[in-house]
Amino acid sequence: MLATLAFWAFSGVAIASAFMVVIARNPVRSVLFLILAFFSAAGLFVLLGAEFLAMLLIVVYVGAVAVLFLFVVMMLDIDFAELKQGFLSYLPLGGAFALVLAALLAMTVATWQASDQAQSLRAAAMPDGMSNIEALGTVIYDQYVYFFQAAGLVLLVAMIGAIVLTLRHKDGVKRQSVTAQVGRDRKEAIEMLDIKPGQGIGE
Amino acid sequence: MTADMLSQDLSLLIPELLLAGGAMALLMLGVFMKGEGANKLVQWLAVVLLAGAGLASLFLVTGEGQAFDGGFIFDGLARFSKVAIGVVAAIALLLAMPYLKAEKLGKIEYSVLMTLAVTGMFMMVSANDLISMYMGIELQSLSLYVLAAFNRDSLRASEAGLKYFVLGALSSGLLLYGSSLVYGFAGATGFNEIAIAVQSGPSVGLTFGLVFVICGLAFKVSAAPFHMWTPDVYEGAPTPVTAFFATAPKMAAIVLLARVLIEPFGGMVEQWRDVIWIVAVLSMGIGAFGALTQTNIKRLMAYSSISNMGYALVAIASASQTGLWALLVYMILYMIGVIGSFGAILSMRTREGMVEQISDLAGIAQRNPGLGWSITALMFSIGGLPFMVGFFGKFFVVFAAVQEGMLILAVLAVLFSVVGAAYYLRVVKTVWFDEGEVEFVPAAVSVYWVTRLAGLATVLLLPVIGWLVFRAYSVGLATL
Amino acid sequence: MDAMLLDYLPILIFFGIAAVIGLGFMLAAFVIAPSRPDPEKVSTYECGFNAFDDARMKFDVRFYLVAILFIIFDLEVAFLFPWAVTLGEHLGPFEFWSMMVFLTVLTIGFIYELKKGALDWE
Repeated sequence: MLATLAFWAFSGVAIASAFMVVIARNPVRSVLFLILAFFSAAGLFVLLGAEFLAMLLIVVYVGAVAVLFLFVVMMLDIDFAELKQGFLSYLPLGGAFALVLAALLAMTVATWQASDQAQSLRAAAMPDGMSNIEALGTVIYDQYVYFFQAAGLVLLVAMIGAIVLTLRHKDGVKRQSVTAQVGRDRKEAIEMLDIKPGQGIGE
Repeated sequence: MTADMLSQDLSLLIPELLLAGGAMALLMLGVFMKGEGANKLVQWLAVVLLAGAGLASLFLVTGEGQAFDGGFIFDGLARFSKVAIGVVAAIALLLAMPYLKAEKLGKIEYSVLMTLAVTGMFMMVSANDLISMYMGIELQSLSLYVLAAFNRDSLRASEAGLKYFVLGALSSGLLLYGSSLVYGFAGATGFNEIAIAVQSGPSVGLTFGLVFVICGLAFKVSAAPFHMWTPDVYEGAPTPVTAFFATAPKMAAIVLLARVLIEPFGGMVEQWRDVIWIVAVLSMGIGAFGALTQTNIKRLMAYSSISNMGYALVAIASASQTGLWALLVYMILYMIGVIGSFGAILSMRTREGMVEQISDLAGIAQRNPGLGWSITALMFSIGGLPFMVGFFGKFFVVFAAVQEGMLILAVLAVLFSVVGAAYYLRVVKTVWFDEGEVEFVPAAVSVYWVTRLAGLATVLLLPVIGWLVFRAYSVGLATL
Repeated sequence: MDAMLLDYLPILIFFGIAAVIGLGFMLAAFVIAPSRPDPEKVSTYECGFNAFDDARMKFDVRFYLVAILFIIFDLEVAFLFPWAVTLGEHLGPFEFWSMMVFLTVLTIGFIYELKKGALDWE
């Protein structure tokens, strides 16, 4: 009973906040609503028994991706109020498309019918005596090793891409070089001058 | 997983392992060895690596079969596509070298990203699971987004990269949504299991999922109505990147689409044939009519690739052995034509820099007959004008459609190719008969030879095509 | 499954209380506090001048680079959790080495970052 109630609460909040992401005037607020949507989705994952994914959603999406989104929002030199001007004029067409899509989705859900062996093939989120994270651990590194390594390559491409596109070195920046600093001796650091009284060192 | 199983699985994966390991080795070589020499070395090693991986799938992979619990498949289709993709990517990198040097874009990351993109393409053509399909697509696309924006100081290149990225992300979303519906229906992500599940009869949800998957993949092959990004990205991205975009990724995506439709969803031909039919007709039409008004040669090539993908989809729509065979022949001939044409576009360099208007080619045949003849041959071939090899590519595609009784589609394909011929002929007319005085500087060695050899190939491959036709008649198309 | 959900009950109750208190204070401020706005009161105020421009300012793109590199390693760590939990009990040497290969790929990326100077703050 409580689970059902929680399901409706989480999905309601998720849909409402997703809607607010689109219509919020202030882009920073959009990002905050996005975080709320992520939280609700994490709640839904917990209800499905996928604990690990729920926590991952919070760690990765709420903890990192949302911060990145905030950076991007701050970084763009765009007047968002102006950008939203077209919102109303596109509303009828966009709304029509959304309605058609929603109708199609409703049709899909209403007539939903899985194949006969789907239930037996589908893996349980929490097999007997195993937590969700253990169940994932037993498949990711063994049965799904090919996908796992491919994920590693995708992350590598992301690293290279981020550096290629954004890294710039400023000219004339003095960097710390520990070996050079420690390796200095008296000869290069100090110069002894014999200054005659009343003459100074000026040329 | 036991050691025996692992070594058996890995023996099928040699080309991918070569590419991924090679890419990382090149990355390390590049950052530890500074300077212009390092870049040159990395580029040449990458060319060897790309071509080597293509040839490795021809010679080093002896067996055929599935690996990693059916996530990966190596069969004739994969072997053929990998050879083609590896070789054409190597040629695209060769074309890029002089350009990158001239535009001061020579960074080792270009070669590394290209190698990783090709790794993704190899994974795509060998995908036998919804997850490996998605991972392959993402590995490929992510590298391509970066390559599109590689010239980050150019506003147009950044715009191209951003546009490609946003629309690519949208298409990945569609693909994932479709995949989740398919998984919900079949209870498994493997193509083998889906193929069995489909036999129990189609349901609305499954059809819905399939259509979403088709939409996602149609984005990747830039088939209409998911083609909007193509002209802008082709125009904005650095020219050698465009040359790469127009060839290898298209091959990978179209082969993946063919595999998805024919293997797991083979039992739903009736459902998807209409979708592919519409997408094919729209692509051919929009490609042909859109190109008529273009003045920029890169945009022209973009529309040309949209319409050519339409023909490739006609071959898929026929859903037969002949169709698959026609698709592969067609794609090879298309890639030869396109890589040669981009060689010609890369030769369009004046003292001030690159030019890319069609009018800049005016009268080039008088001043540079070799280039003029090459462009003529290549345009005739891509346009499918008789009697270059491209004509036979289109001929086989139409033949496959007729064989399956899709007469309307066949007639439309012929009609649109007549419309399309107009703009290819316009380029040829500009090259030979218009007055112009734009002087190009001599092209770099690699650009020169790729253009000439591809131009020659459009004629010299005719006996091969003749032999194929002969075999088709003597042994019957079904057994090819 | 239900036993697992019961473990989360305290968190759910916490969410509920947090929502009630948070909304309660906001609503209370809305209802109880006196509010008599006039155009001068609600206009933007900047040391006696009219506002010069938007309150937001552009960030340096380097913050973004640091954030995205952080996310990549965040994801890497996410893959480590199930591995750490199951290693030894359910997983054998193959799974151990499969993680080592994954880590090698990302270490190569890390060396690349380091050599490129992407982690230096200038």
